[in-house]
Amino acid sequence: MDLAINPFSSGTRLRDMIRAIRACKTAAEERAVVRRECAAIRAAISEGDQDYRHRNMAKLMFIHMLGYPTHFGQMECLKLIAAAGFPEKRIGYLGLMLLLDERQEVLMLVTNSLKQDLNHSNQFIVGLGLCALGNICSAEMVRDLAPEVERLLQNRDPNTKKKATLCSIRIVRKVPDLAENFMSAAASLLKEKHHGVLISAVQLCMELCKASHEALEYLRKNCLEGLVRILRDVSNSSYAPEYDIGGITDPFLHIRVLKLMRILGQGDADCSEYINDILAQVSTKTESNKNAGNAILYECVETIMGIEATSGLRVLAINILGRFLSNRDNNIRYVALNMLMKAIAVDTQAVQRHRATILECVKDADVSIRKRALELVYLLVNDTNVKPLTKELVDYLEVSDQEFKEDLTAKICSIVEKFSLDKLWYLDQMLRVLSLAGNYVKDDVWHALIVLMSNASELQGYSVRSLYKALQASGEQESLVRVAVWCIGEYGEMLVNNLSMLDMEEPITVTESDAVDAVEAVLQRYSADVTTRAMCLVSLLKLSSRFPPTSERIKDIVAQNKGNTVLELQQRSIEFSSIIQRHQSIKSSLLEQMPVLDEANYLVKRAASIQAAVSFVNSAPAATSGGPLKLPNGVAKPPAAPLADLLDLSSDDAPVTTSAPTTAPNDFLQDLLGIGLTDSSPIGGAPSTSTDILMDLLSIGSSPIQNGTPTSNFSLPAIETKPVPVTPQVVDLLDGLSSSTSLPDENAAYPTITAFQSATLRITFSFKKQPGKPQETTINASFTNLATTTFTDFVFQAAVPKFIQLRLDPASSSTLPASGNGSVTQSLSVTNNQHGQKPLAMRIRMSYKVNGEVRLEQGQISNFPAGL
Amino acid sequence: MAKERRSVESLSDLWRAGAEQAHREVEDDGVEQQRSKQAGRDDEMTIRFVLFVNKQGQTRLAQYYEHLSLDERRALEGEIVRKCLARTDQQCSFVEHRNYKVVYRRYASLFFLVGVDNDENELAILEFIHLLVETMDRHFGNVCELDIMFHLEKVHFMLEEMVMNGCIVETSKQNILAPIQLMEKTS
Repeated sequence: MDLAINPFSSGTRLRDMIRAIRACKTAAEERAVVRRECAAIRAAISEGDQDYRHRNMAKLMFIHMLGYPTHFGQMECLKLIAAAGFPEKRIGYLGLMLLLDERQEVLMLVTNSLKQDLNHSNQFIVGLGLCALGNICSAEMVRDLAPEVERLLQNRDPNTKKKATLCSIRIVRKVPDLAENFMSAAASLLKEKHHGVLISAVQLCMELCKASHEALEYLRKNCLEGLVRILRDVSNSSYAPEYDIGGITDPFLHIRVLKLMRILGQGDADCSEYINDILAQVSTKTESNKNAGNAILYECVETIMGIEATSGLRVLAINILGRFLSNRDNNIRYVALNMLMKAIAVDTQAVQRHRATILECVKDADVSIRKRALELVYLLVNDTNVKPLTKELVDYLEVSDQEFKEDLTAKICSIVEKFSLDKLWYLDQMLRVLSLAGNYVKDDVWHALIVLMSNASELQGYSVRSLYKALQASGEQESLVRVAVWCIGEYGEMLVNNLSMLDMEEPITVTESDAVDAVEAVLQRYSADVTTRAMCLVSLLKLSSRFPPTSERIKDIVAQNKGNTVLELQQRSIEFSSIIQRHQSIKSSLLEQMPVLDEANYLVKRAASIQAAVSFVNSAPAATSGGPLKLPNGVAKPPAAPLADLLDLSSDDAPVTTSAPTTAPNDFLQDLLGIGLTDSSPIGGAPSTSTDILMDLLSIGSSPIQNGTPTSNFSLPAIETKPVPVTPQVVDLLDGLSSSTSLPDENAAYPTITAFQSATLRITFSFKKQPGKPQETTINASFTNLATTTFTDFVFQAAVPKFIQLRLDPASSSTLPASGNGSVTQSLSVTNNQHGQKPLAMRIRMSYKVNGEVRLEQGQISNFPAGL
Repeated sequence: MAKERRSVESLSDLWRAGAEQAHREVEDDGVEQQRSKQAGRDDEMTIRFVLFVNKQGQTRLAQYYEHLSLDERRALEGEIVRKCLARTDQQCSFVEHRNYKVVYRRYASLFFLVGVDNDENELAILEFIHLLVETMDRHFGNVCELDIMFHLEKVHFMLEEMVMNGCIVETSKQNILAPIQLMEKTS
């Protein structure tokens, strides 16, 4: 077999290469094979090998398809194109189209060869040249070669003609100025018989219409008649085996002609009238039991919607869509939804008739259909149907799958806000959304809700009671929890006393301590984030003034956070403790309800930027009375100052720290150490440990960033105001100690965390550090069985990133008694080789047997205290 | 104790797998941003690309009608293949991806994916895929994945006859195959 003449039958070595690549089991093996082949091809290229050039090109194409770089073969393409033989040219052009694109300079080198080939006597070679030109030519090449293409449009051979026509599309797209040269040619091409030429000509006309308005006018005048004739011929033609697709002659030509008619008929009543009849004919006669027929009907409907059609025709079109929508085939339903979106602009009433069916599609199993349907429903909502539609959507939110909830929630929130008929309805809908999908609700949405509640004094009682109930039922939804906690803090007395009841409301019995319980539960929940916890603290503070009897209890809860490693929470709890304890006289006026939030101001801000939405509390005058309320936002300077006053930092204490921030803390340390020693030694902490703890406390206070504070939403303001907060904090530490609030035990620096919690199992970690070895931490893990059956064969496993070393000591037992009756402990030694740079992280897996059945649970711990 | 150590080692694989995934996600995001910058480019064409992919997600043929760099192509193929292959037979054959649509159809172990503009007639593209498969069937006789792999250039020639610059040119099987048959006869 002669390789030089026929590259395609020869390919023995191409076959071998493909086989070798297929045999590869891993990506690495494949890369090795490809590297070897590429090396061989490069070698062949540099030797100027002629015989295997085409075969190398075929290989390169394969390698290119696999996604490897093949730029070194580009020059070879050009050489193959310049060769005389057809097979060489064939593969050369193919390579050119695959490996090169119009942006490469190399392409200019091919212009000359192309010109020669376009003038070749062999029609196949001309075809190759046209095809390549049509796929990749650049604007410069267009200017050189456009005359050749224009000439070829007059060629007798239909294959050449159709390729020249398509080539013209590229030319017009690259250089729109040339459009007028092709106008008359395009119109006359529509008189041809060959389908390939017709379909290309129709596409050329579409391109011309886009390129120039003149061309559009010209074609409206000159080719409408031809188009109608083509459409009539193909739709009336009897069986034509060549172009038959599912019993319909050339649906592709149908569709292109319909598309062009749409462009011509748009905004032109005369044209539209002229094509009315043929459109009616196509839409009634086309069979709809095959996909090809439906494709034509679909296009026909789109054209009817696009042009100035008569109302009768539009009814016909909408009816076709109605039929599509009830079709069992998902593809058909998808296009129907798509089309209805466009139809809505033309005839909203007609689309509204299909509302029920569309709503069903929102609940479809297929995500593509659901998305379309949801978009459509969103457009369908108006003042009259907003209530039932929202109800349907919210009902569906309950059962929809997780990935869809985000889209759905966003749309519902948007509908509810856009059409908020009355505040009660808005409130009810938002409450339901928050309880069902609170984790997907965006911040600005729940902020807006709070602003609204603050403005609707008659609904505040109802809101807080509903939120309280919702919080009991679905406490896992973050935004619901935040709104509920805020409301309980603000309107606590309405919750307990059932104030301002609405008619339809049932009274509920909530005691003062129930309300505190609810907030406390949120605060203690291990998955709550810093913002939520901070809001809980504020809420508790407010409750302490609303419900004086619970004041003592709240003081204890707040005090628990004094050792928190998050600066924000630590500082707040220290400040709040002080308010509760020592400032009874001003407490009630300080903790009054927030004044009504400025709704208009908030809306302006929200529209201005999404970022601004977070700071709505800032804009409210409330800031003056409720400095603490700025919590979600971090500390800002102005409120910090009054707070310092509140904390009684009168002249004596304050200057010490603020004037000399670097040395003063050391002084305090000395003081603290002295006091700390006397106070904590009874508990059993060795003096050395105490020092360590205090060092840590100090370092947390003075450089929050280095400790890798886990949340970032307040880090910046926290740094800015660093000098100010340090003061009250340290002072209050003294304060707390002197008033003999017992110093937390030796683990104060690293609070015990709940590392993992599921329905059946809870794991808590407590931490110990040896003095002088900051990298090493001993973790004491404690496992508690929350289920009612005993776990046997309990094994705890942990994995850590590379920079951490982990040693597990044996567990105290492998049996976990049921219902939290005693727990198993196990200690872990962890060495963090990048102490101070990276925080601890750990993945854990627990396996155990329940009644002989193996269970497996796993989780990731990322809430390690900073500084480990 | 010793037993526990061992299981820790095997668990470290779990850790690594997680870390790698996170890394990939970061990379994907990067590509996404890069792509969205280009989305403004408005090179309208009906067909943007034709892809053949097997069940394992390996590309068997790729023809793009718009220019994409190698990295972009790889990312795109990875993403849409992941999206399409995960779908069941009951779901519709259209997937929205970025600013265009992918119309796909499955024949035995091969997926045929065509990327089209948003306003393209999806049903017609389904017919186009079927026509392409029928054409290959006529030429190879019951075409299979291996036919396409070992005769990649012929499949490209067919595609070239059918689509030029993203537009459909020829829909008659006879006309599409004529030049290829002629070439085989003469050689």
